[in-house]
Amino acid sequence: MNRTPMPTTRRRLLAGAAVTAAAIAAPAIVRAQSGPLKVGVLLPRSGFEAGIGQDCQRGVAIAPAILKSIGLPELAIMDGDTESSVETARARAAKMVSDGAQCLVGAFDSGQTLAIAQVAEQNGVPLIVNIAAAPQLTEQGYKFVFRNFPTAGMILSDAFTDQKEVFAAVGQSPKTVVFMHVNDTFGTAMAKGINLLMPKFDMPYKILDEIAYDPAARDLSVEVTKAKASNPDALLVVSRLNDAMLITRELVKQRWTPQAIMSMGPGWYEDEYFKTLGKLADGPLSFAPWFDPNKKLAQQLEAALAKAYPGVNLNTNHVYTFEALLVAADAYKRAGTTDPKALAEAIRSTNITDNASIGGGIAFDAKGQNTKVKDGAMQNRNGKPVVVAPKEASNAQPEWPLKPYQSRT
Amino acid sequence: MPFDVYLNVAIGGVLTGLVYGLMALGLSVIFGVVRVVNFAHGEMMSIAMFLAVVLFSAFHLDPLIMMVPIAAVLFVFGYALQSGLINPFIARPEHSQFLLLVALGIIIVNVLLIIFGPDARTVQTAYAFDSFQLGPLLVDATKVYAGAAAIVFAALLFAFFRFTLIGTAIRACADNYTGALVVGLNVNRLYALTFGIGAACVGAAGTMMTLIVDVTPMIGPTYTLLAFVIVITGGLGSMPGALLGGILIGLTEALAGLLFTPSAKSMFAFGILVLVLLFRPQGILGKRPA
Repeated sequence: MNRTPMPTTRRRLLAGAAVTAAAIAAPAIVRAQSGPLKVGVLLPRSGFEAGIGQDCQRGVAIAPAILKSIGLPELAIMDGDTESSVETARARAAKMVSDGAQCLVGAFDSGQTLAIAQVAEQNGVPLIVNIAAAPQLTEQGYKFVFRNFPTAGMILSDAFTDQKEVFAAVGQSPKTVVFMHVNDTFGTAMAKGINLLMPKFDMPYKILDEIAYDPAARDLSVEVTKAKASNPDALLVVSRLNDAMLITRELVKQRWTPQAIMSMGPGWYEDEYFKTLGKLADGPLSFAPWFDPNKKLAQQLEAALAKAYPGVNLNTNHVYTFEALLVAADAYKRAGTTDPKALAEAIRSTNITDNASIGGGIAFDAKGQNTKVKDGAMQNRNGKPVVVAPKEASNAQPEWPLKPYQSRT
Repeated sequence: MPFDVYLNVAIGGVLTGLVYGLMALGLSVIFGVVRVVNFAHGEMMSIAMFLAVVLFSAFHLDPLIMMVPIAAVLFVFGYALQSGLINPFIARPEHSQFLLLVALGIIIVNVLLIIFGPDARTVQTAYAFDSFQLGPLLVDATKVYAGAAAIVFAALLFAFFRFTLIGTAIRACADNYTGALVVGLNVNRLYALTFGIGAACVGAAGTMMTLIVDVTPMIGPTYTLLAFVIVITGGLGSMPGALLGGILIGLTEALAGLLFTPSAKSMFAFGILVLVLLFRPQGILGKRPA
């Protein structure tokens, strides 16, 4: 029997293409509707920020049991290392999306997070920022980027407010400070913000000198000498962990104890700082996003961390990385699907009141920023940070001035 | 700003520069004789730094005491490296040597990462926070010890090359390769010895450096680059040039940090390098090519 071949018309070709596309898309749709949500967690697990990145990872490690205990769905965590590099962060984010990540979390560093945000936006995959303060992250009109962490401006506004609360509590305040900061994306944004916002808060001190330094600096002796030469009452710092330790060592070697060290960033409250410096670690004040030790979820996190990592104090890195996963799990539960658009919409309508960090809970504005989150003031006391402000989240009274370093041995 | 502030910073810069100089001395010795540029120099130094950290944390052995044993370990490592791996590459094109040593550097970094992880490690001796007060000057004790040790080690090295038969033979190899072969010198063995001595220098410098800076596996490439800046500034192949270059770069970084902005310290060190390359390409104490 002869078969007359059917002519290939444009309509027939389009129909064939549509059937083929549907066949290819089908497994993806099935995948999107079942199984745990695949969350790619990007952190600087190696490189000069490795210590902090690995600390954030502890927040990831304790998350599954706690999320389960509060009735949230399971997450499939995909680990990614940004190697403390913007370029690697971008590449790893793209790889994670191509490997099937349905939501991204990360990445501690503002520069790296900005690179990941571009990938998330291009691919339509939600990014929940755990820690990163550069304002532009939520100021560029991104639809898939959400941040449960204060912007540099919010950190500074709260920091100035908390500083005033501390000054009022101790009945003293510095008249002059030297401002030392790292010159990376975060440090530079904070420096700009401080210079912009300080006049509005009518602070009792003035900045005598501003000293910017490389975040990968091996030696900060010159920087501390320069600060000491200005003879300020206190040091105002925006630093990371390694440089916080370098500054402290130089303060001891150069036999200089200012009235106070007021940090507006990470480093000074971290376990490595306490372990390395012992008694020399006590005294600095950190004005940073923190957890409310009086909240139930924070106490639950503290207990879980103490069990999993004995001797490790709960801190910003653990709490905000955990809360990023909390947001993802909560949104996944409400969305009932891993479809990125539905998931993004669910994240946008988040309203978590029983969280762990200081402030009124987690809810995002139209730009994807949590505006309820607040800073705290922590002081290092006997090898552990205690909250000294704001009053509603505090568990100790502030001490002033710093005990001289030379008398601590 | 009071004058003693400048003096304090300058002294700190010179002392750090002396340790930089000892590190770069190793690179200069190796290039001056073997004519191989060691692109794994900083990474070899990080091996010494980790050895010092491990010996201190496990047995509380002070880096000042361990400087010679660690230098000896690095000597053996360097000797074995030259005899077993680098020697076949001596006659090969420079890009082959470059790739070999860059690969070696990458391997060292990653092995250290696997063993020690990425965290910064430190040696906290009893004198880690000490400083000497001389009138208005406050000099960091660890820098004084590290700088003094670097001077002693460099002096011993100069004496070795100047007054011993092996040192003279190594200099002969450097001056006239064919002549050295003609008079019956075992050039391969002398090359291995030289590489070992260069590695010992970097071993001693690395051990001293742990008194001044924290160590991470990623620190190696930074010091490789720094060693290059120093030896090119001082004169590639010149031993006094390496020490002078180290002091100059240490001093420049310190004073630039004080007078301008600390975040631009490295920029000034590279600025010196550019000036030297422009106006004295052979380096400050280097010989003009014939």
